[in-house]
Amino acid sequence: MEPADTAPPIIRVENLEHRYGDFTAVDTISFTVKKGEIFSFLGPNGAGKSTVINILITLLARQKGTAVVAGFDVTTQPQQVRESIGIVFQDITLDRDMTVREILEFHGRLYNMPMAERKARIDELLKLVQLDSKRDELTKRLSGGMKRRLEIARGLMTRPKILFLDEPTIGLDPQTRMRMWEYIKNVNNEGTTIFLTTHYMDEADQLSDRISIIDHGKIVITGTSGELKNTLGRDLIYLETDNNDAAIRILKDVAAVRDIREKSGGFILTVHEDGTRILPSLIDTLRKSGIEISTINLKKPTMDDVFVHYTGKELRDEGAAPARAMHIQPRGR
Amino acid sequence: MAYGFFTIYWRDMIRFVRFKTLLVSSLLQPALWMAFFGIAMSSNFDQLTAGIPVPPGAHVVGYLTFMGAGIIAMTTLFTSLFSGIVILFDKNWGLMREILASPTDRNQIILGIALSGVTKSFIQAIIIMAFGILIGAAFFAGFTLPETAIGVAGILAFVALFALGFLFLSAAIAISMESPEGLQGIMTLLTMPIFFASNALYPIDTFPEILKIISIYNPLTLLINGIRYFAIGPDFIAMGKHYLISQGDVVLSFAGLVVFAAIMFAFAYWRFSRAVVT
Repeated sequence: MEPADTAPPIIRVENLEHRYGDFTAVDTISFTVKKGEIFSFLGPNGAGKSTVINILITLLARQKGTAVVAGFDVTTQPQQVRESIGIVFQDITLDRDMTVREILEFHGRLYNMPMAERKARIDELLKLVQLDSKRDELTKRLSGGMKRRLEIARGLMTRPKILFLDEPTIGLDPQTRMRMWEYIKNVNNEGTTIFLTTHYMDEADQLSDRISIIDHGKIVITGTSGELKNTLGRDLIYLETDNNDAAIRILKDVAAVRDIREKSGGFILTVHEDGTRILPSLIDTLRKSGIEISTINLKKPTMDDVFVHYTGKELRDEGAAPARAMHIQPRGR
Repeated sequence: MAYGFFTIYWRDMIRFVRFKTLLVSSLLQPALWMAFFGIAMSSNFDQLTAGIPVPPGAHVVGYLTFMGAGIIAMTTLFTSLFSGIVILFDKNWGLMREILASPTDRNQIILGIALSGVTKSFIQAIIIMAFGILIGAAFFAGFTLPETAIGVAGILAFVALFALGFLFLSAAIAISMESPEGLQGIMTLLTMPIFFASNALYPIDTFPEILKIISIYNPLTLLINGIRYFAIGPDFIAMGKHYLISQGDVVLSFAGLVVFAAIMFAFAYWRFSRAVVT
């Protein structure tokens, strides 16, 4: 169910800029989010993701540029924007001393929902996020995954047109993360547009319809996961040899090779053609020049590769496993 | 959104009732002040002032009764000033973001917090009055039932206005600050002069001129004027001093508190409208 491209975007951002003193956190960003899609901002911590989200949800005053959310300008119509959106913040923002039901009740009241509707919606949402049995539990007694689910339920309480998720699975174990993704997909299937930020490659990859890679306050590239990967060619080949410099010089002139990047101890080729077919001839070429190959690895480009390619670096922080290890070991996917 | 304040109020009351230790201590503390400080001081002062001649037929009240009004005022001051800390915790734990990102107007947020503070002060004031009477304070002595009812209502009206003023002040400071320690520091700094430059524990007319002027316009003094008028009466002798509180004085004191609360609301509104919590 691809949304029609002719429909007006549900979020439209043009030349958005935001500074904290001398530091430019968001540097003339423009993008659109289509109605009904899951759109991701993928980038390391400090890339400017949260700043953009905070402007879109009207918590941070817009400094420069245009931001229109659900048809309303964030600066001139903040009230209407607030009524149209749901938010799940980056850190847990649940009152530890309120019960699950009270959290939702409070939220419904904040948004001026009539009592009957609040009641019905709470029942409905607690079933959706499977917290029915925890209804009268204080939130401090919930597990991390349950808290997150409750926050998602809260974000959905007012049936928002857009749900903003700022790093929705940060700090959750792998199993819980997968389940969170299921919840998010279900919510999206019911028609809610989702805007999420993440620094997890797999999260952006598996969850999103479209991804913008953001780094140093700029959008580096936008596209579907497939499109982004395709920009890297068909396959990635990692090689370690006894003379990497010579090997790179030789391989540069091979027609099928698209790009070569050095890594510590070896280098990565991106190739236009099916890697499994051209690899034997590459090996041959190197052997003939007297270069010994010690390690070979062939794989399809992943989101990690896309990220490294476009930002020129591996993720700066704890977010993902060290990218180097992944290049050497073949991965399941 | 006109009832948005009630949402904030509702949540704050849930927490007030839920934190059992906080609830009990906040109710017990004023009673303990009355019990220990009140009884200790009055047993001394009443002895000292016993020799002072009083005109026949005058309404003489003991020190416990005199300072009981001061204790109600002091408790209201402390509770109101320190209530801002909740806002700071909400802010630091991210809970404030949910509220600020909602369509609920910021005025309503301030109002909700203030009303729950007023409620708490009401409960405390009533406890002090009841407990005071229990240990011998002559509140409402010689009042008829309707007079007592008017007295209680008058006291609560004064307490409400005064509490609002300091709640707004506290909220305004809290929303502008980062650390609870800093807030605590400011509040402690504020309470000292407000409490002692007032007529809570002693008469102020023998003060040096400057201190006297400060004390007369101190909102705490205005509050205590009102409480004494409604709890003791317009004409009484305490600590050897003759107190005459006219209806005009009461109206003026009340008006002073209205102005004070209004200014503090404006201050809080200004701070809240500029608050960026992300």
